[in-house]
Amino acid sequence: MLSRVAEAIYWMCRNVERAENIARFIEVAHDFALDMPGEEHGQWAPLIAVTGDAPVFQERHGLATEESVVNFLVLSEDYPNSIARLITVARENARSVRETIASEMWEQLNELYQWFRRETRGGQPWHAPSDFYRAIMRESALFGGITDATMTRDQGWHFANLGRQIERADQISRLLDVKYFTLLPNPGDVNTPVDDLQWSALLRSVSGLEMYRKLHHEVTVTEVVEFLVLNRRFPRAISHCLAEANRSLHAITGCPVGEFSNAAEQTLGRLCADLAFTDAKTIIGLGLHEYVDDLQRKLNAVGDGIFEAFFALRPISPSSQTQSQTLASGLTQSQSQTYA
Amino acid sequence: MLTCAVPCQRLYQATAEPEGGFLTQLTFDNYATDGFFDEMFDENGRPRPAAVPLVDRIRSLPEGELLARQTAIERSLLQMGITFTVYSDEEGTEKIFPFDVIPRIIAAEEWAGVQRGLRQRLLALNMLIDDLYHDQRIVEDGLIPRAVLDMADSYRPEVQGLDPPGGIWCHITGTDLIRGADGKMYVLEDNLRSPSGVSYVLQNRALMKRSFPQVFATTPILPVMDYPARLYDTLAHLAPEHVAEPCVVVLTPGVYNSAYYEHSFLAQQMGAQLVEGRDLVVQDGFVFMRTTDGFQKVDVIYRRIDDDFLDPQVFRPDSMLGVPGIMDVYRRGNVALANAPGGGVADDKVMYAFVPDAIRYYLSEEPLLDQVPTYLCMRDEDRRYVLDNLETLVVKAANESGGYGMLMGPTSTVEERATFAKKIEDKPRNYIAQPVVSLSRVPTIIDPTAPEARFEGRHVDLRPYILYGKDIWVMPGGLTRVALRKGSLVVNSSQGGGSKDTWVVAVNSGMGGAY
Repeated sequence: MLSRVAEAIYWMCRNVERAENIARFIEVAHDFALDMPGEEHGQWAPLIAVTGDAPVFQERHGLATEESVVNFLVLSEDYPNSIARLITVARENARSVRETIASEMWEQLNELYQWFRRETRGGQPWHAPSDFYRAIMRESALFGGITDATMTRDQGWHFANLGRQIERADQISRLLDVKYFTLLPNPGDVNTPVDDLQWSALLRSVSGLEMYRKLHHEVTVTEVVEFLVLNRRFPRAISHCLAEANRSLHAITGCPVGEFSNAAEQTLGRLCADLAFTDAKTIIGLGLHEYVDDLQRKLNAVGDGIFEAFFALRPISPSSQTQSQTLASGLTQSQSQTYA
Repeated sequence: MLTCAVPCQRLYQATAEPEGGFLTQLTFDNYATDGFFDEMFDENGRPRPAAVPLVDRIRSLPEGELLARQTAIERSLLQMGITFTVYSDEEGTEKIFPFDVIPRIIAAEEWAGVQRGLRQRLLALNMLIDDLYHDQRIVEDGLIPRAVLDMADSYRPEVQGLDPPGGIWCHITGTDLIRGADGKMYVLEDNLRSPSGVSYVLQNRALMKRSFPQVFATTPILPVMDYPARLYDTLAHLAPEHVAEPCVVVLTPGVYNSAYYEHSFLAQQMGAQLVEGRDLVVQDGFVFMRTTDGFQKVDVIYRRIDDDFLDPQVFRPDSMLGVPGIMDVYRRGNVALANAPGGGVADDKVMYAFVPDAIRYYLSEEPLLDQVPTYLCMRDEDRRYVLDNLETLVVKAANESGGYGMLMGPTSTVEERATFAKKIEDKPRNYIAQPVVSLSRVPTIIDPTAPEARFEGRHVDLRPYILYGKDIWVMPGGLTRVALRKGSLVVNSSQGGGSKDTWVVAVNSGMGGAY
């Protein structure tokens, strides 16, 4: 598979997944704000903190309110991680590989894009915000479903899955970090039934509340961390996502799981092993924030490793040196933007 | 198989319905041919024999049905993202290429003659190009003035003496044909470089089969859907002989090119890789593409980028679209390019005037197809005539395409004519002039979303696609472009043109009358 095509597929899926997660976070914050009139402002700042782009936000908007956060995270045309930009870039990614992916995948993103542009033409989707964000989540899920139902399980699909799973793991870790920080300033509160409403909202934003309740009836921090970080079976648990990503990565190289043939496999393999052999108490003991920080650093290293191993192929002969320069320009640049 | 699945309507619930709930019945009762040659009706208003099944079908459709199909097709095109880019348009740079459901119909008997004429023409054009890049006998023998060759922008001295595989220069051609008031077909342009539009032919046909299955079931309409397979064979045929399973790729300038959709569509339909210049690299005398498994050798490139941008080491040094060193590989015969660089020389609008002579010169045959009489402003006599008759002529810049750099005499203003007169006197070689051909018309739905929706005649041209590999194959029919503005003769998509399906219908095969 062409390196450029593989990269576009990988970023197409990361961008869609990122857009979906932003929609999830906002939908839950919006819903939560309705339960706590008067205190809703506290809900919005964490959404900005999640992105790691708080300084950019503060410079442009100052105070985090529903209006300013939605302007920034949903509608902004000059913030690369707004839903508007993510959907646009994902569609451009799809367009650049539409001969490789199934037509239905392209059509799904094209339709999502056209719909989003129509819905936001008049500014913020105030009339039914919840419907709006749910539509994005649904369309993203549909895109994932179409991807899984139409693509041959060859390299193309594995790059798609790799992008999707790594992005999902990354988003969950960010969400956990920020919520933990706002909810639990005092480490002594761990393992007491804390603010049930808040933690339920967190679980809901990853569609996990119902699945969590099947396992645990009470919401405790240890069990939430256990569920969202270490659970091997819940599809939005970090451990599950990374195990999936690891499988796809090895399917691409043909190297058996448990061994490694490049830096991405090495880093991701270690990370998976660590997640498999740790427990929630240890994580909380170390400090969840420190743990998540470290995890994100490693995920970035995995991303860099993927780029080096598959996308940054350079010619050997000196006669064609200009080629490697062009690879770093153009679309590639807009695709590989990551959070600061 | 074409991928024309009906896109789901989910997100369109609120806006999908055509504006207004009216039902309009379209009829041909008040349709007037207005003295033009009409492709569907003769001068007495009777359907031409090949058009009878369709006209009958349209008459029997339930009220509002035809308009509903027109609207449904337009929606499908937008949802499938079958769009082109308009360069001058900042906002909303993507548009669908307007499509009209009423096809242009040609009798198979007439088509057979056109096909023979196109084969003859293409054979001679290839011999002409080969000659111009070798001994230039036709110039030595005085049939084409040396000045014409010297001043042709599209002449590429870099390929002088080069022998492309099989001696073929133009593997994919899209000749523009027009029909005049006299009912005769004329060649207007040869388009020997990278003619676009064939993807619209295939998509149009797929949509039409869905809209009029009964007509297709009962009328022998010649199929066009085998084009991608034939294109692949033509390209694979060019591979160096020792390559058993050639790697064929389509080279596109990228996602922002106006014909990007077509590049990606053709690659997908052929099962070939779609590559950009940055995906390719020259190493050790071969062309490779960068893949996730390392470098992979490429044998045949269907390139949809112009000569100028192909290789910065040979042509424009500032090109970011091409592949440095690719021409060197091509010269060594280690990669095949379609079409061969330099073939555009026979596409020059001045050179066009000499094509009938070239046919006689190389083939010792009379041209089977007519072409439009052409005045060359470089000739003193012609120039005087052109300058004296600007208001009745079409003046074209020799090196422009896409309907740009043109003066439409009859609809021009005094100032426009003065500007062109000045340009002609400054650079006579740069301009040619032709009488205005009053293009034939086809009934077209006008104002489809308004209560006054109706049929009116609109002018059309025709671009059949021709493949030259082991032998020459002419697509039955081709892309019918239609000037949607009333009275307009300019069919280019950049200037208000749309398209129609083209049906080559066998009238006497016994099935035609059965409907």
